Amino acid sequence: MKVETFALRREQQTATGPEIGAETSHVRTVQSPAGAPPQLAAYLRRWLALNRRGLRAVLIGAISLALFLLAWHLLTENRVVFFIRFTNVPSPSAVYESLTRAMQDSTFFTHVVLSCRRILFGFSLAALIAVPLGLVMGRFRVAHEILFPVMEVLRPIPAIAWVPMAIMLWPTNEQSIIYITFLGSFFPILVNTLHGMSLVDPVLVRAAQCLGAREVSIFREVYFPASLPHIFTGLTVGMGVAWVSLIAAEMISGQFGIGYFTWEAYSLVQYADIALGMICIGVLGLGSSALIRGLGRLVMPWNRT
Amino acid sequence: MNIMTPTPPSKGRVDVDNFALSYDTLEGPVEAVSNASIHVNPGEFVSIVGPSGCGKSTLLNAVAGFLKPTRGGVTVDGEPIDGPGADRGMVFQQYSLFPWKTVKGNVEFGLKMKHLDKSSRDRAARTLLGLAGLTAFENKYPDSLSGGMKQRVGIVRALATGPKVLLLDEPFGALDAQTRVIMQQILTNMWQRLKISVLFVTHDIDEAIFLSDRVYCMTARPGSIKAEITIPLERPRHQSMMMSSEFLGLRRGLMSLIREESIKAMGGELNDLALDGLSIDLHGQSLADVL
Repeated sequence: MKVETFALRREQQTATGPEIGAETSHVRTVQSPAGAPPQLAAYLRRWLALNRRGLRAVLIGAISLALFLLAWHLLTENRVVFFIRFTNVPSPSAVYESLTRAMQDSTFFTHVVLSCRRILFGFSLAALIAVPLGLVMGRFRVAHEILFPVMEVLRPIPAIAWVPMAIMLWPTNEQSIIYITFLGSFFPILVNTLHGMSLVDPVLVRAAQCLGAREVSIFREVYFPASLPHIFTGLTVGMGVAWVSLIAAEMISGQFGIGYFTWEAYSLVQYADIALGMICIGVLGLGSSALIRGLGRLVMPWNRT
Repeated sequence: MNIMTPTPPSKGRVDVDNFALSYDTLEGPVEAVSNASIHVNPGEFVSIVGPSGCGKSTLLNAVAGFLKPTRGGVTVDGEPIDGPGADRGMVFQQYSLFPWKTVKGNVEFGLKMKHLDKSSRDRAARTLLGLAGLTAFENKYPDSLSGGMKQRVGIVRALATGPKVLLLDEPFGALDAQTRVIMQQILTNMWQRLKISVLFVTHDIDEAIFLSDRVYCMTARPGSIKAEITIPLERPRHQSMMMSSEFLGLRRGLMSLIREESIKAMGGELNDLALDGLSIDLHGQSLADVL
């Protein structure tokens, strides 16, 4: 409503403005017709038209999820065997039942909380080390020349391959699991930070120098904010890999944790709990990625596209 | 310090003496600028024009402190230049505003580097933004501004630290013709108010004449000064002056100087015949027949 009336008032102003009044035989100005008064219904209609894409995506997304649940239900209830065997796969209702049971049980919560804590420690540690390291390696050639070869050799080793070594390296089981989680997220964060540093526009650095900025200020005011979008890409990817590594580590060497819960359910023939564990991992992964994205939007208000 | 006090006209003298700059390649050193001397008097508006690649930006970058001359000297108020600094404000063709800072944040940047306290930074930025007609946009991010607005922020940002010299490297090259004319007017207005020395690099002859007290014309690479033209047009200048016979005369002179050099810069094969389209005689046949 507000926007509409404002635009209308401006239109009238320019129409009577002095610069348009000056007409010559060669120049003819065009008077714009007066618009109709704005109405709430029209405003709503426009809002719907402008947000149609978003509404459509939400609607289709909901239908798609419902269809997935329905297919799952049909396949398991009818115990379909068609190359893949659904005979022992729990149905959605069985999983729901298992969820309500788990909700009354504190051990399930302990599993979830422990996994989240491991992610928090491992991932935070990785971010706190990889981001500054990437910034320094991107800024100072010597640091890059010394550290990059080592990083390149270590990077292709999957975090899971570190499990035996981690058990030898760290005194407790908990520490080695956090270490595996740390390794999983470390390299994506480092590589993306380095990439961001390599893309910093040198003209912006020169602009800062012309305004009297010295090395430390240039680092803080130019290199760091310029790399932030890539750092956040690294954090998002790193968070995903952190969960992958954590679950693997928990399945192999764990006591407690949602990965351990899922594996234990298989050993104890609690098939519904397997699916519950898997869905729980999915939701936790989704939530932590959303958290990072939200943080990114908060930290980079200029980066709205 | 009040940044709005006009710089005393005794400050802001730029001397570039027998400047030469070459860089090393596998084939040996290549000269970008061979021998150039330019001077900007305090409070003067001086332009450098020349064919592309003649080294006019190189000269400007040397005054800014980004390049060290191979031979010759660059001084501002008699002091040799040692790296970039806030006493020489620079405006870039690509605007180069910090995308993560608001318009006001960009303008305040130089003052923050001078460790000015928040309230005086704020006051100075507001004053300058008002002068450039940007008060309504002070909290916007650069990405949401038009090219003309961005460059106004760029100019205001460079002026905020109260530099002795303002260096502009084809600042309006990326703008459309209408916006460019308005920006030229804004720049002259600000220059007259602040009485600051200006060194302006452009390839637009009209722009150089319209804005400057003096214009240096450079030769093709390796660049040197081919001519120095004093612009006698009175101030303040108006767009209507661009139609005057005096302006057109200056334009004609400068145009022919640059044309000669531009042809040289484009390579020896271009002769007058090629430019007139007569170097290939088809003897009445169609091009397909000849080929």
